[in-house]
Amino acid sequence: MTEAEQKIRVLIAKPGLDGHDRGAKVVARALRDAGFEVIYTGLRQTPEQVAETALQEDVDVVGLSILSGAHMRLFPEIMKLLKERKMKDVLVIAGGIIPEDDVKPLKKLGIKAIFGPGTPTGEIVEFIRKHTK
Amino acid sequence: MVTKEKETVSNMKRDWETTTLKKTLDKSPERRERFITTSSRPIARLYTPTDITDFDYEQSLGFPGQFPYTRGVYPTMYRGRFWTMRMFSGFGTAEQTNARFRYLLEQGQTGLSVAFHLPTIQGLDSDDPMSNGEIGVCGVAIDSLADMEILFSKIPLNKVTTSMTINAPAAVLLCFYIAAAEKQGVSSTQIGGTIQNDILKEYQAQKTWIFPPDPSMRIITNILEFCTKKVPRWNTISISGYHIREAGATAVQELAFTLANGLAYVQAGVDAGLKVDDFAPRLSFFFDSHLDLFEEIAKFRAARRIWAREMQERFQAKNPRSYLLRFHTQTAGVSLTAQQPENNIVRTTIQALAAVLGGTQSLHTNSMDEAWALPTEKAATIALRTQQILAHESGVANTIDPLGGSYFIESLTNEMEEETYKYFDRIEKLGGVVESIKKGFFQREIADSAFRYQREIEETDRIIVGVNDYVTEDMLEIPVLKIDPEVERTQLARLQKTRKTRNNKKVDEMLSRLQRAAEGTENLLPHILAAVREYATVGEICNALRDVYGEYQEPIIF
Repeated sequence: MTEAEQKIRVLIAKPGLDGHDRGAKVVARALRDAGFEVIYTGLRQTPEQVAETALQEDVDVVGLSILSGAHMRLFPEIMKLLKERKMKDVLVIAGGIIPEDDVKPLKKLGIKAIFGPGTPTGEIVEFIRKHTK
Repeated sequence: MVTKEKETVSNMKRDWETTTLKKTLDKSPERRERFITTSSRPIARLYTPTDITDFDYEQSLGFPGQFPYTRGVYPTMYRGRFWTMRMFSGFGTAEQTNARFRYLLEQGQTGLSVAFHLPTIQGLDSDDPMSNGEIGVCGVAIDSLADMEILFSKIPLNKVTTSMTINAPAAVLLCFYIAAAEKQGVSSTQIGGTIQNDILKEYQAQKTWIFPPDPSMRIITNILEFCTKKVPRWNTISISGYHIREAGATAVQELAFTLANGLAYVQAGVDAGLKVDDFAPRLSFFFDSHLDLFEEIAKFRAARRIWAREMQERFQAKNPRSYLLRFHTQTAGVSLTAQQPENNIVRTTIQALAAVLGGTQSLHTNSMDEAWALPTEKAATIALRTQQILAHESGVANTIDPLGGSYFIESLTNEMEEETYKYFDRIEKLGGVVESIKKGFFQREIADSAFRYQREIEETDRIIVGVNDYVTEDMLEIPVLKIDPEVERTQLARLQKTRKTRNNKKVDEMLSRLQRAAEGTENLLPHILAAVREYATVGEICNALRDVYGEYQEPIIF
C-alpha cells in the first residue's frame, strides 16, 4: 500500500444554516497538517448531503460542526442516514456551540465525542488516531 | 514636537537603556522575549515622543466634532449624551421577543436591536425544508408582515430606533418595518433605525449570502436611493467589521477590510448616479471590541481619521456629516469561553471599556453564557448593567478621548492607519473588493489569522484563563436558555394562516412585477414594499429574486 492510501480520510461537514466556519476551517487545517486527508463540505449542508458525501468520499471520520442550535434535530437525522448507507464503522465526532445537557443524548446516538469551544486541535487529532484503525 | 527636543529624548532613552534598564535586565530578564497583542502585533517596552514622528496636532487629531475627527465625532461626546445601550436580542416567536424588548426598554435600554432566526437571515420561510430545526433558535422567527406587527406591538415606532441585523434580505425586512409602522399610523419619514445591509462582509466572513455579488450590490444601491427619498432617518448600511474579526481577522484586517467595503459602497452609490452627500451621512459602522484594550482604542481612532480623509479627498464630499464615522460596537463573542463562564463578565467589561474609550456611538455587551447558548434574561441584565456602571460610576465618560496624546496610543493609531493603506493597495491591485472576494483574498487572509491565533493558544504563546491555564476540572453549571418546541408549531401555524387569509392573487401579481423589475433596471424597493403590504413572505420575495439572480457559490478555502 502506498502512503496516500493509508491516510485517514476525514469529512468536515457544516450542517445547519449558520455561516460560522471559523472552527470548522481551523480544525480542517490542523487535521490536514497532522497528515489526514481532509474534505470540507462548505456551508449549509442538508443531512442527506452530509451522509451522501461521507459515502461517496469513503471517509473514516465525519466531523460535524454546528453553531446554529439545530443539532438536536439535524444530528439524529445524519446518524440515521449514515446507518442507512451502512456506514456504521465511520467515526462521528462533533463540535460547535452545544449545551452540556445535549451531550449525553448525542453520545447515545453514536456520536463518539463532542469537542466544545476551547478544545486544543491536538486533542482532536489524538482522538481520531486512537479511534480509527 | 521640535526636532531638537526629540533628539534629546532619543539620547536620554539610549542612556537609560544602557544604564538603568541594562542593570535590571542583567539581573532579571523580562517575562517573555516577545510581547504581542491579541492580533499578534509586537509591542515595545516603552513609547516616547520618538515613536510619533511627524506628529502634528492639527493634522493628526484636531478637535472633537472637527476634521479629521480622531478625537470623536461630536463636540461634547459623552458629556452631552451617553452612548446608546443597544442590546441585540431575539429568540422564539415574535410575541416572546416583543416581551423581551419591552422588558429591556423598562430596564433603561435606549434602542432596540433585532436578532432574526437563521431562516429569515437566509431568505427562507419557516416551512422551507432547510429551516428544519432552526425555527426561532438563533433569533426571532419572522416570515411576513403578520409577524412584524406582533414584534413591535405596543412599541411606538416613531419614538424608538431599531437596528436590524439583516443582510441578504435587508430590503425585505426594511419594507416589513415600514409597513408595520404604517399600521401604527407612523409614516416612513418618521421612523429611524439601521439595517446592516452589508453584503460584502457576508462573502468575506459571516457567510450568510443569497445572491451573487453583482446583483447584491445593485439591490444595495436601490436601498440607498430609496431611503434618501423616502426614509431619510434610516441608516442604510451598517458597514461591519464585527463578523470579519469574529471569523479570525486581526484588528488591522478588521479595520482595513471594513473601510475598504465602505469605500466600495460609496463608489457603487456614486456610480449609480447618487450624490455622495445625499447618502454618505446615513452610512454607519459596526466594529468588534476585543480584549487588547489599547489596540482596540487605536483601531477606533484610526478608523475615524481614515474615513474622514477618504470621504474628503477620494469622494470630494462637502457635507461634514459625510466625514463622520459613527459606529456601533459589540464586545467580542469569540473571546467568551465555555470554561468558567463567569469570567466572561470581566472580559466583556474590558472590551466595553475599550469601546467607550474609543468613542463608540452605541454598544452591545455580550452575556457570560453565550459560549453555550443565547443569553438568559439574568445574564443579559448583567451585561446591560456593565454598561451602566461604566457610564455612571467609572468616570471614563467625563472627558473626551482621554487617551489622546499618549505616545503609545498615538503610535499605534498611526501604525494601524499605515497598515490599512497597505491593504487598500493590495485590494486595489486585485481589482477592488468584489474581485478580491471572487479570488478568495479576504477569506484566505482571515483563515490564516484564525489558524495562527489557535496555534498561539496551543503553544501557550497566549494564555486564555480557564482554557489553557488556571484550568479547573469541575464544570460550573449555569442556566442555559432553551427554546420551547412550541415555538415551531406556533410559527408554522401562523404562516399557514397568513397564506390562507391574504389575497393570493394580489401576492402573485406583486411578485411577478418584482421579477420584471429585477430583470430590468428599475428600483426594486417600491415593488418589494407592495408585495410586503399584501403579506408576501420573505421566502417568496427572495425566491422571486433567486429565479432571476441565482445563488452565490463560494470557493472552498481552508
